[in-house]
Amino acid sequence: MKHCLVVDDSSVIRKVARRILEDLSFQITEAEDGQAALEICRKQMPEAILLDWNMPIMDGIEFISQLRKEPQGKTPKVVFCTTENHVAHIAKALRAGADEYIMKPFDREIVEAKFAEVGLI
Amino acid sequence: MTPTEYDYLRVFLKQRSGLVLSNEKQYLIESRLMPVARKFGLASISNLVDKLKLEQNGSLADAIIEAMTTNESFFFRDKVPFDHFTQTMLPHMLTARQRDRRIRIWSAAASTGQEPYTLAMCLKDMDAKLGGWRVEMIGTDLSTEVLEKAKAGIYSQFEVQRGLPINYLLKHFTQMGDMWQISPELRSMIQYRKLNLLESFSSLGQFDIVFCRNVLIYFDNEAKIDILNRIRKTMPEDGFLVLGAAETVVGLTDAFKPVADKRGLYQAASASTSAAAPATAAFGTRFQFASGR
Repeated sequence: MKHCLVVDDSSVIRKVARRILEDLSFQITEAEDGQAALEICRKQMPEAILLDWNMPIMDGIEFISQLRKEPQGKTPKVVFCTTENHVAHIAKALRAGADEYIMKPFDREIVEAKFAEVGLI
Repeated sequence: MTPTEYDYLRVFLKQRSGLVLSNEKQYLIESRLMPVARKFGLASISNLVDKLKLEQNGSLADAIIEAMTTNESFFFRDKVPFDHFTQTMLPHMLTARQRDRRIRIWSAAASTGQEPYTLAMCLKDMDAKLGGWRVEMIGTDLSTEVLEKAKAGIYSQFEVQRGLPINYLLKHFTQMGDMWQISPELRSMIQYRKLNLLESFSSLGQFDIVFCRNVLIYFDNEAKIDILNRIRKTMPEDGFLVLGAAETVVGLTDAFKPVADKRGLYQAASASTSAAAPATAAFGTRFQFASGR
């Protein structure tokens, strides 16, 4: 079973994402912000990260920039999942090291398609 | 809706579009035709049938056919056929058509354009190998409404997230508020035509590659056999046919043979089983891939 870290400051989004990803046979860990997510990654690097952009303490872009500098930090497939849907934001996320990008709102089909696209399914 | 009205719609749809509805598809009629009824100011499916009986060739008839035959589509649907396209069909054609340097492709159920545009994106990925080649692509569908959408190439945020890798979105689309439009270059690569597969398509000319996915499932066996045999007649002896995951030629016709280990991919059988059509295309704006484009 693959491990996916869901990083989002909204408990509702985390709950929806958990439901979808558990249904796709992922084991889920949750974090409310980038800093907490980074600490989880330092203890056990997940195979996948579903990542929000706007969060308190540390946002998604700062998180992925830090993550990719960590030992094994290039291993996880990172899929942004955010309301930031402007093309400039997408380009910025990919430059920072994101593998895929989901524009909210999302549903199971989109999550499944994006995770399949990066080889997680 | 009474059983008599349901039967009337079944016969109408079978005759006009080839669509075969089994006995338990009343729900499909109701869910798809109630919006049509409302659009025409009709209170029920019964009223819609009454009006249809009076105007069998009017805008209501067209709207009914479109509503019942329009199916969802998304970019890189099923993925595997596009791997076959780039890894099997195009490499074959790049060798076999070296002399003419021309490839013709038909997306026979183009719907809202996702399939032909996916093929166009695959072709753009192979730009370097296709320099100097002329690749013509035609997309056809029964529905005028979906073809208008295909021509415009404008998709919602939801549509561009189903199957389309994010890099392709950045590379080939322009953002228009919450919508995304495919590039003029890709739009110019495809000619769209309204076509009922039950009617003759010999005027489209010959095709090296035909994508006819997820449409034969709606026809009865007699119509399937007829369509497959006529597609074969549009092809040279090494032409390729791609069918949907739930479709096959096996047990229907010998005009095509499955390509080993390539699910959904078929190649034209020898000419002894099927005569080839004249090579001249009756229409088609040609586009050219040239180095540096």
